[in-house]
This record gives sequence, structure tokens and C-alpha cells, in this order.
Amino acid sequence: MSALAAVRCFHCGDALGGSTLTARIAGCDESVCCRGCLAIAELIAGAGLIDYYRLRESSGVRPESSAKADDRWEALNRPEVAGQFVRSSGDIAAVTLAVDGLRCAACSWLVDRMLQALPGVVEASTNAATGRTYVRWRSAQLGLGDVARCIADLGYRPHPLGDGSAEAVQQHERRDALKRLAVAGFGMMQVMMFAVAVYSADLAHEVLDPTLLKFFRIVSLLVATPVVFYAGAPIFAAAWRNLQTRTLGMDVPVALALALAFCASIYNALWASAGEVYFDSVTMFIFFLTLSRYVQMLVRHRTVGLSDALARQLPDHAHRVELDSTSDVSVFALRPGDIVLVRRGEILPADGELLTGQAHIDEAMLTGEALPVSRHQGERVAAGTLNVGHPVQLRVLAATTGTTLSHMVSLLQRAQTQKPTMARSADVAATRFLRYILIAAGLTCAMWLILDPARAFAATLAVLVVACPCAFAIATPAAISAATANLAQQGVLVTRIDALETLARIDRIVFDKTGTLTHGDIAIRRCVPVGRLDEPECRNVAAALEAASEHPLARAFVRPGDPYVAEQARSLPGAGVEALIDGRRYRIGTAHFAAELRGSVDLAADARSTDTVVVLGDEQDELARFELHDKPRGTAGSAVASLAQMQVTPQIMSGDSEAAVGHLAFQCGIHEYRARCTPEQKLTHVQTMQSIGHRVAMVGDGVNDAPVLGAADLAIAMGRGTPLAQTSADLILVGENLDAIPQAVQLARRMLRIARQNLTWAALYNFGSLPLAAMGFIPPWLAALGMSLSSMAVVVNAARLLPRHRLPGWRLP
Amino acid sequence: MNILLILVPLSLALVAFGVWAFFWAVGNGQFDDLESAGWDALLDRNE
Repeated sequence: MSALAAVRCFHCGDALGGSTLTARIAGCDESVCCRGCLAIAELIAGAGLIDYYRLRESSGVRPESSAKADDRWEALNRPEVAGQFVRSSGDIAAVTLAVDGLRCAACSWLVDRMLQALPGVVEASTNAATGRTYVRWRSAQLGLGDVARCIADLGYRPHPLGDGSAEAVQQHERRDALKRLAVAGFGMMQVMMFAVAVYSADLAHEVLDPTLLKFFRIVSLLVATPVVFYAGAPIFAAAWRNLQTRTLGMDVPVALALALAFCASIYNALWASAGEVYFDSVTMFIFFLTLSRYVQMLVRHRTVGLSDALARQLPDHAHRVELDSTSDVSVFALRPGDIVLVRRGEILPADGELLTGQAHIDEAMLTGEALPVSRHQGERVAAGTLNVGHPVQLRVLAATTGTTLSHMVSLLQRAQTQKPTMARSADVAATRFLRYILIAAGLTCAMWLILDPARAFAATLAVLVVACPCAFAIATPAAISAATANLAQQGVLVTRIDALETLARIDRIVFDKTGTLTHGDIAIRRCVPVGRLDEPECRNVAAALEAASEHPLARAFVRPGDPYVAEQARSLPGAGVEALIDGRRYRIGTAHFAAELRGSVDLAADARSTDTVVVLGDEQDELARFELHDKPRGTAGSAVASLAQMQVTPQIMSGDSEAAVGHLAFQCGIHEYRARCTPEQKLTHVQTMQSIGHRVAMVGDGVNDAPVLGAADLAIAMGRGTPLAQTSADLILVGENLDAIPQAVQLARRMLRIARQNLTWAALYNFGSLPLAAMGFIPPWLAALGMSLSSMAVVVNAARLLPRHRLPGWRLP
Repeated sequence: MNILLILVPLSLALVAFGVWAFFWAVGNGQFDDLESAGWDALLDRNE
């Protein structure tokens, strides 16, 4: 075991944070950070799948708190719910699941093996590239819920996909593009073979046998035709669409040059004996364009669709209360006035008024508040939040489109349309350049028509070929693709192709608190013993008491190997737990609750925040005070320091309390922070910064962050964040390693430098050769060679951005 | 050089076959996931 492994969790790779848990793996005790990781590691080892740890390329996924998963999978076993997703034929059921958290091929191998070990599973295949698992099983032996739970037990998040059509469309698009790429590639190589023969004869001042030349040309034509009409079809289609909408895109002059060059080549190959042919230029151009578009498409396919994200945020069904029974209905069937039951661990299906006396609701997704809040009868609760306490009933006030959640989505959509247009300036520059080329070609044509009509066509074509912005067109995409591949290895997924350009220019970075700078898990920050027991004793007693509690905070206390056992445990909702340990009566909970046991009233305590301070007491004394907090990520401090060095000012904006945010800001070395922000306030703040000229990046993970993510110049979402946050993100931190952010900024800046070098070189080449071509000085073979070489130079230069050596990590899809 | 008149069409035929084989492979899902298959061979010792 390496030194690194000793301080990091064996399963998820996070800092151990004082955990003493160990998992027995292959005869060695390996340290793990939490019970979830322990369970997964033992599950994997128990199934004889230890190879996963040997061969994986990146750390496993830290499991979510168990409360979130509880009944969800059981519900999927019910036929009326499963029916939405499962396709049945005979007694075989099949489903496609989107699995979040797959990081490398070893992950998908693990999922496959675990599923195949389930009795009744006929087939399980996971595609690491798309993150989809296809499972078929005998429905008599197994339910959809069992399949989903099996995946969830490994720490991944499965989402059954009801409608496979979007997936099928993407697959079709990928396969189609790959075919076009292959045709263009094969064609380019063949045509180039003949072209090189002809060029080298020219260079050696030898005269090729005219019959042979004609033969070469006709063969080139045969090969180039499918390249132009099959591989090049999307280019012509896009150019046609551009013309119809009267916009000038890159495709218009490209298509024009291709069409002209191809038509002239056909004419020269078949009927004229003197003119040049440009089949080599045409096929190479199409190949390079197809290649860069293929890479862009792969990246685009990794992003989540908006409607998909909403679907993942809400549960699929709700328990509607009807007279004396409940029935499961789709959330879309809910109407205002319906009464629904929400069990512990379930997500609220609609906005509603609470009918039950008290409820504990985790609103982190909407407000960013880390701790669950208490809601009382008659209060309004929001769809998408999580019931972490006892089962509750609520009367639906607004369902689906009327909910707070969908308000959040519309806020996001508005923010996205208001996105700064800086990213589009590159397009504007390119369009202007394209216009110049078209004008230059037109002028050349006109000039030669006056001087010497016989040479007009050749010269015009030479201008279009030589100035054809081939190097120009791939200058930036090549640099971006190389940098994207590099970032993917570091665990940063680029979802919008021009995001890197923005990333290089940011000067403000705003962090959300919960789940971004912190893990989003509650832990004990400090234990202050105030009575007769010392600190370890207090922790042990507290652990025994809280083991009997179902309160969400309890899991911060509970640890294995606790020497005490609590008897006659009694938990009071909203107050705490009371139990006997070794004959002594203890209470843990709110200060008031603990004080009651010794017959006094702690009035002062009620003024303090009862949510983050938990008091332990017995019948005589108060024994200890526990301060709870959300554990900051180990990489937060170093990431913030590196960013500050790069002149990127970090800030925190959070919906959490002033004290919690301030403390975290201090810990991470951040000077500017804002607490108790609503999503609207966050949005306004970011827009204010933008209005005074700052370029703002926002890092977040929750639904409440989504609108701000949409408005920021650059949005970075955490890999485990909500799908909604990810849809508005330009970058996704798959590895959740905050250090990757400064690394990405650095790489993006290097990318921008290299892209500029490329653009300068391409522009020099294009503008330098254009007048010469217009004057008829450049023979077409030299034009084509120059174009190839200039493109090569650009690609080689961009290749410097590729990762130097293979590090364990992520690859492009 | 007359040999080219035979060799060139032959090479074209080979390319056409190559493209056809590639299309078949793509259609068959061979390129959908380039990672997992390689790992399967490494890991599947138990079966």
C-alpha cells in the first residue's frame, strides 16, 4: 500500500478525515472514510471482484447517504411504476438505465459483473462511453427495483430511461458521423496517393504520360465523388440552411469552394486536358472538417438534456391518498387538492401544504441550506425536496409545471438567453473573414474577365483554394479538441466547445458552499466536554444514543465499534433521543431537551442555533456540546490559493447561515463571501459583477445554483451535482477534485495562446498567399500543398496541448 | 506502367471492401464502446 493510500479512502480516494474504519480486502485491512465506502468495498470483495481495485483508473464513487435511496427502489418493483420503463417480451423484461458516476471501464465492468451475479439476470451490458446500462432479466425472479438497487449499492446512481428515442437518435448520429469520417479518410488517402505521384513528377520536371495522367484523374474522381456527396453532405446541407436563413456561416464559402473546385476538377478531368484537378484538396478539406465535427459531437453527447434533468429531479410517481387507501399514480396525474403521502427518504412530488404535525425536510437542492429544516402543519413545502423525517401527508397546491422547481427551470432558461455574447465574437470574426474571401474571389474573377477571360476561372478557384480557410477553420477547434482531451484525463468534462476560451479569460470565480466547497455530508466539527466525562467518552456515549435515532443528523455521530449499547431508547421528533446506558439515563438533542432531564430550563440555549449545536446531558449535568458542520473538501484550500495566484478572485455565495459561510471562507482563505443568498440574489450579484466588466465563473452543484450557473460567463458543475445544475454547466468536474479548476484555467490559457498562434499563422498564410493567387502566380498544386502544410502546422502545434503521458484518469467518450 | 491499370482498380476494390467492412462493423455496434471489451479480456479470469 502506498503512502498516499494510507491517508486516503481505499474506495473513494477522499481524505480519511479521522476515520478509523477498515475494510478487509484480499487479506489486508484497508482504510475507508465512511460506512458507505466500507459497505461497498466489502460488497465488491465479497463478490470476488477485487480486480476492480487493481485495474480501475480512478477512485470509486463515494456513496450517497442511505436516507436518499430507501424506498425509491422498492417502488420501482411495483408493476404500475415499472411499466413506464420496462419493455417486456414473454417473461423477459428489458430496460435501459442511465448510470451516473461511471468513471472508467473498470466501473462498467463492475456494474456488469454485479448485475450478472443477480439470479434471473439474462444479460447486462454497460457502455462506459455513454454511461448506459442495458439489462434483460426474467421478470418472475426479479423486479426493476432490484436491478436499480444492485447498481445503487455500488455507489452509482441509476435512472431508468423510459423513452429510448433520444438515446437511439444519438447513437444513430454517432454511427453516421463515424461512417462519414471513414469514407473521408479512406478517400483522402487514395486521392493523395495519386496526387503525390503527379506532384513529384512535376517537381522533378518530368512529363507524365498523358494517358496515365488522365487515368489517375478519372480514378481520383471516382474516389472523390463519394467523399463529396456522402462525407461532405452535412457541409452542403448546413450551407444551404445558412443561405435559406440569410446568415453567413463558415459552411457557405467552404461549400462554395468545395463545389467550385469539385465541378472544375470534373470538367478538367473528363474534358479538358490542360486544367488542374483539386480532388486532393477537396477530400482532405472534407476529412479535416468531418474530423473536427466528430470530436465536437462526441463531447456534446455527454451533456444532459434539460427535460431529462427535470425528470430526474422529481420522483416518477406519488402515493395518492384516497379515502382509506393509497394508490401509486404518476406525478403528472397529480392535481391541486390531492392528498399525497411522502414516506421517509422520498422526494416530494409536488408543492404542497403540510397536513402532518411536523416534518424534517432536506431543502438543500432548492436553498443550499446544508441541514434539514423543520416544517410545521400548514406550511408550504416544495417539490424536489427530500423528506428525511417521518412519513408526512401533504395537500397538493401545485404540481409539475406550477412548482417552485419549474420556476427554477424557467429562471435558468431566462439566464441562459441572457448569457454574455463574448463567446460568439469568434464567430463574428470568422464571418467577417469569410466575407473578405468571397469578395476577393469576386474581384479576382472580375479582374481576370477584363484582362484575360481564359484564366478567370482558374485564378478565382486558386483564390478560393489558397485562401480557403482550412487552417483557419481548424486552428481553434484543433487546439480546443487537444485541450479537451487533456482535461478529460484530469477529470474535467467540457460540455460546450467554446467554454475553454471563456475559461482562459475569467477573473472572478464564485463558489457555492454546500456540496461544492464541502462534501455535503454532516460531520462533528468540535466536541466540547463541559461535565465529568472526557471527550472520547462523550463521543462514545453520543454515538450509542444516536444509533437509536432516525434523525438525519444522527449519522454524523454513529461509528462502528462503539463500546456502549443504548437501552430503552426513545426518540422525540424535533428534540432528541433519550436512553439508558449502563444504568444511567442520558439525553442528546437540543439544549432545551437535554436540560429538561435534570429539571432545569436552558432558556439561553434556545436563542442559539439549535440546528448546528447538539447537547449531551445526563440527570445531573450537561456533559458536552457538539458543533456540527459540513466537512470542507480537502482540495478547497489549495485550489483557492492557486486560483488567487492566477489573478482569479475567489468568492463564496451560499444560502447557508452567516456563521457557517464565514467559517468556511476563513478555512479556505477566501475573503469575499455572501451568506443567506436566494437564487435571485445570487443571479443579481453575478450580473452586477458582469456589468462592471468582470468575467465570472460559477462553481455549483444544486438546483438552486442552476440559474446562476446559466447566467455566469462560465459554469462549472460538480460531477455528483444535480442533473439540472449539469445542464447549465460548461464544465463538469467529474472527479470532484477542486484542484482541477486551477489546472483547467492554466491549460485553457495555454490553449488560448496556441489557438492565437494558429490563427496568426493561418491568417498570415491566407492573406499572404491570396494576392499572389489572385495575380495568378501560384500554380494550383502549390496552393493545395500550401493549404495541406498550413493545416498540418496548425494541427501539430495544437498537439502540444495533448497530455504528455498517460495519467490514470478519464478519457474522451 | 501498364501494370497500374490492373493494380489501381484492384486497390480501389480493396478500399471498397474496407469501407464496406467498416460500415458493417459500425452498424453492428463494434465502435459504440471501445473501452469495455478490452477490459473484459483482462478481467474475465473467473469464467
